[in-house]
Amino acid sequence: MKDAIGNVQRVLVLGGTSDIALATLTKLTGERHGVAVTLAARPSERRVAAAESLRARGMQVSEVDFEATDRTSYEHAIASAFDAPGDVDVVMVAFGLLGDQERAWQDVDAALELVQVNYTAAVACGVLVANRMRAQGHGAIIAMSSVAGERPRKSNFAYGSTKAGMDAFYSGLGDSITRDGVQVLVVRPGFVRSKMTAGLPAAPLSQTPEQVAELIVAGLVAGRHTVWAPSTLRWVMSVLRHLPRSVFKRLPV
Amino acid sequence: MDSRRQLAGWGMTNPSVATVHPAGDDAHLVALVTEAGRRGVLARGLGRSYGDAAQNGGGVVVDMTARNQILSVDTGTALVSVEAGASLDELMRLLLPLGLFVPVTPGTRQVTVGGAIAADIHGKNHHVDGSFGQHVVAMDLLCADGSIRELTPESELFWATVGGMGLTGLVLRATLKMKKVESAHCVVDTERCVDLDDLMQRMAEGDHRYTYSVAWIDCLAGGSSLGRSVLTRGWSATRDQLPAKLRDRALDFRPKQLAVAPSVFPSGLLNRASVAAFNEAWYRKAPQERRGEVQSIAAFFHPLDGVAKWNRIYGPRGFLQYQFVVPFGAEDTLRRCIQMLSDTGLASFLAVLKRFGEPSGGHLSFPTPGWTLALDLPIGAAALGGLLDRLDEEVITAGGREYLAKDSRLPASAIGRMYPRLDEWRDVRRAADPDGVFTSDLARRLRL
Repeated sequence: MKDAIGNVQRVLVLGGTSDIALATLTKLTGERHGVAVTLAARPSERRVAAAESLRARGMQVSEVDFEATDRTSYEHAIASAFDAPGDVDVVMVAFGLLGDQERAWQDVDAALELVQVNYTAAVACGVLVANRMRAQGHGAIIAMSSVAGERPRKSNFAYGSTKAGMDAFYSGLGDSITRDGVQVLVVRPGFVRSKMTAGLPAAPLSQTPEQVAELIVAGLVAGRHTVWAPSTLRWVMSVLRHLPRSVFKRLPV
Repeated sequence: MDSRRQLAGWGMTNPSVATVHPAGDDAHLVALVTEAGRRGVLARGLGRSYGDAAQNGGGVVVDMTARNQILSVDTGTALVSVEAGASLDELMRLLLPLGLFVPVTPGTRQVTVGGAIAADIHGKNHHVDGSFGQHVVAMDLLCADGSIRELTPESELFWATVGGMGLTGLVLRATLKMKKVESAHCVVDTERCVDLDDLMQRMAEGDHRYTYSVAWIDCLAGGSSLGRSVLTRGWSATRDQLPAKLRDRALDFRPKQLAVAPSVFPSGLLNRASVAAFNEAWYRKAPQERRGEVQSIAAFFHPLDGVAKWNRIYGPRGFLQYQFVVPFGAEDTLRRCIQMLSDTGLASFLAVLKRFGEPSGGHLSFPTPGWTLALDLPIGAAALGGLLDRLDEEVITAGGREYLAKDSRLPASAIGRMYPRLDEWRDVRRAADPDGVFTSDLARRLRL
């Protein structure tokens, strides 16, 4: 159970090696030891290292395999976290692929992979997690969306289209499930310097995973449904969204 | 009708959604218990527990307040049988005119008898009269197997239920030994104490002469004024002690609700500045010393009941109450805790100190001999969580504990260190309810 201060007892991270997810866990558990964390990710050295670093901070970490293109895999990962003793307070939907933009709109395999991971699996996991949380009458889902879904731009519209879809799903889910005591927090970061964007030139208003984590935890405690990171992006995107197409497509974004 | 509802405690902090059933007759309750699903059943009274004690997310919550009948009254023996959903307010309104007062009353009348047993509540008279459970002569408990057992203080299950936070079964009825009084008033002595030493000395030396004793502390005062406070103590007034105009209606009890707090208060209204100003005024307005003042029971015991829904003044983020007891001899711990609060500058609108006497037999009953401090604190300050975690350690190290009816934030690891009889209680509970039918958010959070 989450408590009055916002301390949590059990967290499930889908996409458990994401930099933002790990920073959020660190921020969320604070000084309290013994928080149970399930890291659902592909088996890898990275997952082992992530688990070790969280254990060093006093968390009780379990690892479970998670493959976003395999329904059996994510069903099992979610069930294993919820069937363990104690309710799951927070589920973070943090998996995603940036992909190769040029391939993603010219190669059907690349396009399908992007859609299956970022949209199909995100929606399926959302349904499974929401059912479990409704049954326990409380909980929070953090859905990692992106500003890229707000107004798809030509430099990454394939990725943006998948995020637009998952963002719409989780935003609506939040409105539907609030009466069941469940909060859905849709997170829309801009450019974050992380393993996902390694090698890419940093965009304006770029953030560190720690900065995003700070905003996520604040939004969670305050009971918000949307968080922009940084929060000024909300207004930047609001302007961009209303630019005429003829202007927007000429922007160097 | 959609009976799924969001329920929160009095502190309005961490709600959950449950299926709420208004309590019908015994057969209805038996059916609810025996047909409970995986998330179990819990009784709820008037929701005055501050945290998540009366919540059962995803499960069934039985609203017991419809079961509020007074079943029998014997003014000779002062024994009264009531349904568990009856509130202390109802008992006072109906029984004070007969010269019977509840044996123990907390700071509000708006608690049910069932809740009073489940939390083994205490009042200003704990140092002489003990806790609520010590005045329960018998009770009917609806158990997990659907049986209704009549329990008396000879049984282990009785004492697992007293202070058991509703986790042993549904209390249906109880027989209480009431207190005979001649009036619905108290005779009150008020003293202003310049610091914590002054206060503790007066309480240690004088409390035994009074039936009721409580001190309000200004937790924002620091330095040489650390622990400055107003001490009020009294007795139930005899008819002769009343002024002439009250003598003819000595047992009249018709407290009025003065106002309802609207739900428009912003978060952060109760901040360091506003609370410091209030504390200053409260301290200054108290007389240096006043003896023998006659006060109504409502004014003396339940000043906050005059404003319904006063919890709203904390705004949408809510608040918590932190109440602990440390044994006599651990005065240094108490001083350190107040110092830590004063240093952090976290504003407590209400800080109350009193002395506990002998414990009841409840395995998880809160009161043990010592000093108990209760603090209301608004949610919001980033430092709050860490401060309270550090206070927990102080309390545990001193051999003290915290009150489950107030708790909304203890980690599960702390409970066994505070309640040495926890395992004993678990054994009794497991025997009565092997499948854990009776459960709550608090039970899940603390892994009781």
